[in-house]
Amino acid sequence: MADVKLTVNGRKIAKTVPDRTLLVTLLRDEIGLTGTHVGCDTSQCGACTVHIDGNAVKSCTVLAAQVSGAEVVTIEGLAKGDTLHPMQEAFRTHHGLQCGFCTPGMIMMGVDIVNRHPEGLDEETIRKELEGNICRCTGYHNIVKAIGAAAEEMSSGTTQMAAE
Amino acid sequence: MYNTTYYAATSLADAAAKIAADGDAKFLSGGQTLLATMKQRLAAPTMLIDLTKLPELKGISVEGDRLVIGAATKHAQVASDATVKGAIPSLAGLAATIGDPAVRNMGTMGGSLANNDPAADYPAAAMALDAIITTSKGEYKATDFFTGIFETALDEDEIIVKISYEIPKKAAYEKFRNPASRYSLCSVFAAEVSGGPRIAVTGSGNEGVFRVPAMEEALTRGWTADAVTSVKIDPETMLSDMHGSAEYRAHLVAVLAGRAVAKAG
Repeated sequence: MADVKLTVNGRKIAKTVPDRTLLVTLLRDEIGLTGTHVGCDTSQCGACTVHIDGNAVKSCTVLAAQVSGAEVVTIEGLAKGDTLHPMQEAFRTHHGLQCGFCTPGMIMMGVDIVNRHPEGLDEETIRKELEGNICRCTGYHNIVKAIGAAAEEMSSGTTQMAAE
Repeated sequence: MYNTTYYAATSLADAAAKIAADGDAKFLSGGQTLLATMKQRLAAPTMLIDLTKLPELKGISVEGDRLVIGAATKHAQVASDATVKGAIPSLAGLAATIGDPAVRNMGTMGGSLANNDPAADYPAAAMALDAIITTSKGEYKATDFFTGIFETALDEDEIIVKISYEIPKKAAYEKFRNPASRYSLCSVFAAEVSGGPRIAVTGSGNEGVFRVPAMEEALTRGWTADAVTSVKIDPETMLSDMHGSAEYRAHLVAVLAGRAVAKAG
């Protein structure tokens, strides 16, 4: 068994789990954060994307034990109370989802993309950066629009950046 | 995934001792290939020995005419690091094409080289930039390191510590992806190093990454795309699968080499 200590969305947690436990399994089954989804389970679809120490990773392809000690932010950690994160708000405003299954991963990757491109984002860059996140409903168009709009909103400085 | 145990190695000697004690253990780096393989039950190591916490495997520096990168350095670090971008921008550019952003935040250079996937990107850079691969036991030239598809000169208990690349006079990487898997169907790293021109190809060879001496020879008479596009590649030496025939790949090698040479300028 592995003793795993993490800070998840600002909350310290300590769990003893089998060594082979994937991070996504710990998040969903051990601490009940089911917003992070398992889509393909082969690290292609990106529905399980979370932030580890500020960087987007696929939580279905990381052992919880591997990242013990890290700060993890999931989709549940973005909103401030009833106020949605600008990325979440932009997905709503621009209809960046249909069934919503890929959305948590899209939003976590969207925030990561914006954080890595302080110079600003164009459509081509957003599409390229979304290479590891698959959506089977929207055709991506409104997802790209939402991330572009959120990037402007986040860089305007009127709203808080994501908790990292 | 079959049951396994996780162990974070505290030193190179500790890691080597652990694997010596358990023949079915495996070294773990970023895990972006190994964990995926284990989840499909195609691999079942009894123990995963995590190497990424070892300080010896970290760091990026320029030493003389070489860029030295620790084996546990993640693709995302290589892609964005100012030292790498300054010394060998084509290597930073190559790193930015591996997998996707989330995979690049976990996957490591040492892991990629040790796995030697026939479609991996770093082996092409290592071959073209006359890399020296330093391990827990010694040093290898890249040309001696890659011994076949998923095969390297590494012993079971041998660990890649760092990789040193010659800083080239010029270099460029051209990647041609399978549109679905996004892996290289054929990619070419072209470079001019102190030993002369180098052309290294990944994704296409039936023995993994390889150099093309005929193209390198042609480039010594003038660095032009035409010098390499006219060189014929034997389809007998190419991979052939549902994604592309050997003839198609042989043709791609010449086309991509031409583009890489032109891009390097």
